[in-house]
Amino acid sequence: MKKVLLAASAAALLAGSWLAPAQAEYLKEHRGGTIRLLARSAAGTLDPHINYTDQGWQMYQPIYDGLVAFRKAEGVEGFSVVPDLAEALPQVSNDGKTFTFKLRKGIKFSNGQDLGLKDVVASFQRIFKISGPTSGTFYAGIVGADKCLADAKSCTLEGGVVADEAAGTITINITKPDAELLYKLALPHAVILPADTPAEDMGSKPIPSTGAYMISAFDPNKGMTVSRNPNFKQWSEEAQPDGYPDVVQYDFGLSEEAAVTAIQNGEADWMFDALPSDRLGELGSKSMDQLHISPLSAWWYAPLNTRLAPFDNEKARQAVAYAVDRNTLVKLFGGKVLASPVCQVLPPDFPGHEDYCSFTKNPGAKWSAPDVDKAKQLVEESGTKGQKVTIIVEDTAISRSIGVYLQSVLTNIGYVADVKPISSNLQFTYIQNTNNKVQMSVTQWYKDYPAASDFLNILFSCASYREGSDASINISGFCDKDIDAQMQKALDLGVTDQKAADKMWAEIDRQVTDKAPAVGLFTPKRLDFVSKRIGNFKFNPQFNWIVTQSWVQ
Amino acid sequence: MRGLGAVTNRGRHIPVSSQVAAMPRKTRGPWAVAFAKLATDRAAMASLAVFLLIVLACFSAPLYAKWAGTDPFASTLDAVIQIDGADVPVMEQSTEGLGLGYTPIGPTWRLGNYFLGADSQGRDVMARLLYGGLNSLLISGAATIFTLIFGTLAGLIAGYFGGVTDTVLSRLLDVLWAFPIYLLAISLSIVTIAQGISIGPIEIQSGSLWLPIIIIGIVYVPYVARPIRGQVLALRHSEFVHAAINLGVPGWRILWRDILPNITTTLIVFVPLMMALNMLTESALSFLSIGVQPPAASWGTIIQDGQALLYTRPLVALVPGLAIAVSVMALNVFGDGLRDALDPRSKVRLGRD
Repeated sequence: MKKVLLAASAAALLAGSWLAPAQAEYLKEHRGGTIRLLARSAAGTLDPHINYTDQGWQMYQPIYDGLVAFRKAEGVEGFSVVPDLAEALPQVSNDGKTFTFKLRKGIKFSNGQDLGLKDVVASFQRIFKISGPTSGTFYAGIVGADKCLADAKSCTLEGGVVADEAAGTITINITKPDAELLYKLALPHAVILPADTPAEDMGSKPIPSTGAYMISAFDPNKGMTVSRNPNFKQWSEEAQPDGYPDVVQYDFGLSEEAAVTAIQNGEADWMFDALPSDRLGELGSKSMDQLHISPLSAWWYAPLNTRLAPFDNEKARQAVAYAVDRNTLVKLFGGKVLASPVCQVLPPDFPGHEDYCSFTKNPGAKWSAPDVDKAKQLVEESGTKGQKVTIIVEDTAISRSIGVYLQSVLTNIGYVADVKPISSNLQFTYIQNTNNKVQMSVTQWYKDYPAASDFLNILFSCASYREGSDASINISGFCDKDIDAQMQKALDLGVTDQKAADKMWAEIDRQVTDKAPAVGLFTPKRLDFVSKRIGNFKFNPQFNWIVTQSWVQ
Repeated sequence: MRGLGAVTNRGRHIPVSSQVAAMPRKTRGPWAVAFAKLATDRAAMASLAVFLLIVLACFSAPLYAKWAGTDPFASTLDAVIQIDGADVPVMEQSTEGLGLGYTPIGPTWRLGNYFLGADSQGRDVMARLLYGGLNSLLISGAATIFTLIFGTLAGLIAGYFGGVTDTVLSRLLDVLWAFPIYLLAISLSIVTIAQGISIGPIEIQSGSLWLPIIIIGIVYVPYVARPIRGQVLALRHSEFVHAAINLGVPGWRILWRDILPNITTTLIVFVPLMMALNMLTESALSFLSIGVQPPAASWGTIIQDGQALLYTRPLVALVPGLAIAVSVMALNVFGDGLRDALDPRSKVRLGRD
């Protein structure tokens, strides 16, 4: 007990000395108050091992910690992985298949329990015991994961995640080298929870946390209260910095229009949902200093089903890619400030991205204008003219308008098209399931972590296609053995030479784009509207606005 | 005497009671009396005129679009129109500050040239309003016919044959009646919206106007069937029907020639009232995007489109709302006038005048 106390006070001392002067001073000056956030609805379950939403992941940042974390910083820096609950980045041995972490000492959960090695082992088991949404993908490479995937209840990850109490280390063994393992460990699905957390979806029940804050109240219909974790002592400013506000109050239920008004009146500080498009003009001119525009690593695209007529024909797919006017889509999304035209898969400034556009007038690096004549000619050549196409879109204003626009494009180049809007809650799974025979749809993909494979391998590999499943993320059903082999090579190469691998990914990006299994529509940007009193707004490219690094007083 | 008289008058569509009232004025039949009364009802006639005007305008939708040279179903975000010789883009980009967002052009108040402005797809709202009205009228009209046919059939059969037939039919109608109308309509629409309906040889594709027509038609059947059944039940036990049965007239002939003519007035009164109800239901379903499917329009879908523009271009939502309100009000006032004119009791009063 004494030892622990000593360690804790030593850690506290150390933490104090680590504070950069700027942060220390700012903390004194601006510390306190309540940040009030708004969203139309809660982000689903509170369980960080299960929740797979932007909204949830953003709020977990000041609350939960993994062995490693994405740096809480702006710009490209925010894509780098830093040690969090581990003292340092892991020692890699055994040809890149063994990662050894030394756990920090003296960290406590918000309920007063000490963080120990058993919590780490239990947390990794829990990912599988609750059949986490990414257990079969991100973490399937851990030794013993195959057994856990087959029988979740009795998961031990024997030989995969090993604790050494004497040395205070955790060793993670994987079946083959994985250049992206640290990214995966830095995601909320791999955060460390108390070992006695039940192996079931905790739903609306907050789980004790190690971060600077903890969830102190939650009602999915009303809101969430996040307050300071009384047991928190800062150990790493870049991984888990102390925050400014004492409380973050997140309220659910207000419509977007009402939320804008609340922020204008200073009754709230920020809203999660996209700003209503008919308020953009007004806000852009009257409240410029309250708006923050940030790039997103995301892709709005229209998957074309390569296994159904007419898009089982490559020329028919290319025709659509030629005919779509990206400028019109950008207009529909709110203009050039909020989106940019795109016709390849990897978003700008993303690993492996090299400007490329084949489906445009004057093919080259960038998209310039649609080539409708070429499109009509391709439809003619493909022999698919006059066929019926149904476009499945989400039942939101923006998706519906994109659907209606794409319908006029298809009609123009010779198809008989109609649009079917489906409730946003269902559309994403509906378009994945091959039983629904979806020919064309409109959807979005946001990166999980900054690696080209997170777009190309996940969206267009043969393994991502599962017949009759709601989780068949390769919506186009695209499967090209040659491209698949190249992706595997690029993944392997990434372990030793990331730069060379990214070059390979750029080439794969070009090949996939040329085959047109999906039509790239545009790259969106994030527009944050904050109240006048919010200071120190910082946007992290991985998890968006770093809420608790802003102050309100 | 009266019973016998009714028997001899079989097939002349004359309610027994009204014969007595009409007797003193030998020159005018009951229909003439009713129309004369209706013609003097200024509110009803004005409503009828308003409604007919709306119908006429909506049916001219294709002509209007052709004349205006606009395609109300295609996105025209890049369109540029001329106003007083100046080129104006249909979607105006905000130029102040950060230059965020596009706003569709507002009303130009020039017929044939974005009279009511554009919606978020840059389409002419006026043209869409007329086309939307056409769909709303077609759906509510066809659904009314559907409801009346099936409601009357159910009411006639249940009321006339009684016994087990009545029990089964009435309970079936009760089940339908037990659901809140909108809940039932929404549930049916959601089930059929994605896949359409396929029953034996009948196949209705999703997106077809027949889907909302049938759904709205079905949910209101009990509203018509119940009062009709009541009336038929009363008529079934009237002396002239007993007489006809005793004379050996077959059942279907009694239904067709004695009973149906006697409920015609009720059915006529139902037409405008049901149409008003159907119009509201159709708009509600389309507003929830489970009625008319894009890019086709109905007043409900235009309101939905306009909802996203409520702040900058409120007219896009307001005008179709107003169109629904005016149409429904006109139909209701006219329906009231029609009922006053055809209601036997009011005719008795007319006779005493």
